[in-house]
Amino acid sequence: MTSQLSVSVWRGAKEGRYETYVVPQRQSQTVLDVVTFVQRNIDPTLSYRFACRVGVCGSCAMTVNGRPRWTCRSHVAKVARRGRLEIGPLENLPVIKDLTTDMQPFFEKWQQAKGTFAPSRTRYDDIAQIRPDSPARAAADAAIECINCGVCYAACDTVRWSSQYLGPAALTRAWTLANDERDAGNAARLQAVGAAGGCHACHSHQSCQEVCPQALNPTAAIAGLKRRTAAAYLKGEIKT
Amino acid sequence: MTARRLDHRGSTLWIAAMVHRISGLALAIFLPLHFLALGLAIDGEARLDSFLRWSDQPLVKLAEGVLVFLLAVHLFGGLRVLVIENLGWRDRQKALATIAAALSAVIAFVFLARVF
Amino acid sequence: MNVRLYVWQRLTAVLMLPLVLGHIAVIFYATRRGMTAADILSRTHGSIVWASYYGLFVAAASIHGAIGVRNVLAEWSPLDDRRAGVVAVVLGSALFVLGLRAVAAVVLW
Repeated sequence: MTSQLSVSVWRGAKEGRYETYVVPQRQSQTVLDVVTFVQRNIDPTLSYRFACRVGVCGSCAMTVNGRPRWTCRSHVAKVARRGRLEIGPLENLPVIKDLTTDMQPFFEKWQQAKGTFAPSRTRYDDIAQIRPDSPARAAADAAIECINCGVCYAACDTVRWSSQYLGPAALTRAWTLANDERDAGNAARLQAVGAAGGCHACHSHQSCQEVCPQALNPTAAIAGLKRRTAAAYLKGEIKT
Repeated sequence: MTARRLDHRGSTLWIAAMVHRISGLALAIFLPLHFLALGLAIDGEARLDSFLRWSDQPLVKLAEGVLVFLLAVHLFGGLRVLVIENLGWRDRQKALATIAAALSAVIAFVFLARVF
Repeated sequence: MNVRLYVWQRLTAVLMLPLVLGHIAVIFYATRRGMTAADILSRTHGSIVWASYYGLFVAAASIHGAIGVRNVLAEWSPLDDRRAGVVAVVLGSALFVLGLRAVAAVVLW
């Protein structure tokens, strides 16, 4: 006889309630397996998101027992508390339905942080020669593997308390571009992250770093942006 | 928001950040009172003296010990933030945060030992 | 919080590192048993050093505290950024005035 899990799942949108389902526990079961079981065998009206289910896309991020994580990479045996799971949508984002959130605000802040590459050369120029071990490239590479899953954004209390704060992911991307020698948009980028809601709102709680499934360190990236913007401000390059 | 508990709020570094914030708020509230007390000297030495004697009570001395702790913990917490923001990334941050709190407690304790 | 406020906040913090440590030393010295108002005032009266040290401390603490409170209000109270800024300016000004008054009280009186 298999043991059973008691799983509370958020149903509704901004208003709603937790509904409890009983799910058989299986070996090597992940939280995504549990959600899928509920939707396929108990309640087909449950809405949730996933894609790769092997830990490379970030689509299946949800709040599990109070912590945002990739559900496909969360083994039930490791995260369940005495046979219980509480599964909700990611925090700090509008809820569309049940476990799916609207990622639009997250991506809009990406744009606001000038997290997009601004080219400095054309196809007719020589290819830029970037040494991979140069300090700037090493700094960019240490922060580049973000796949926009939103887990850090969901864990951040400053995002929770301040709707204009751009958040750890957008700022980390801005940092990688600030270290990209080929990029021509840094003046506007530093202006953007030096404004209200930018990198200076970060209080270094480091919850982002703790939860990032890619082992990135947004707090360190943001600290780098703080130094760059402070230097630029003192040199008169940023207007507030 | 829908979560019934927030797991990250138990971490050492988060608690360090909250202690830093709360101590700062407490000091900001205390400071005007401190300035008003010192300003009593304007009314003459005797006025300040009677205040000092009032503050000799054990409960007031205990409150002063708490304030010394808050001042020290806010200073060391702030130092930790300056380190995070300006020096190379360091592991052992949780140790740093705990040491900061411990040092502050020691300073406050020494203060209390001297006044009691 | 933006880069301008951040720079002021961190610079006043760095300035106050030695000032606070010195102040803790003063606290320890002043709370020596039996120190009366007369003992304290005889040391502070007419002292340029005292006036400079604590005048600077008051200025730095007023700015630093005001910016800190502004951040907390903007995040934890219903006030928006602009209103939080107004409250902060009021608080900072009050601290500055009361603080300089206190310094004057022990140096000039």
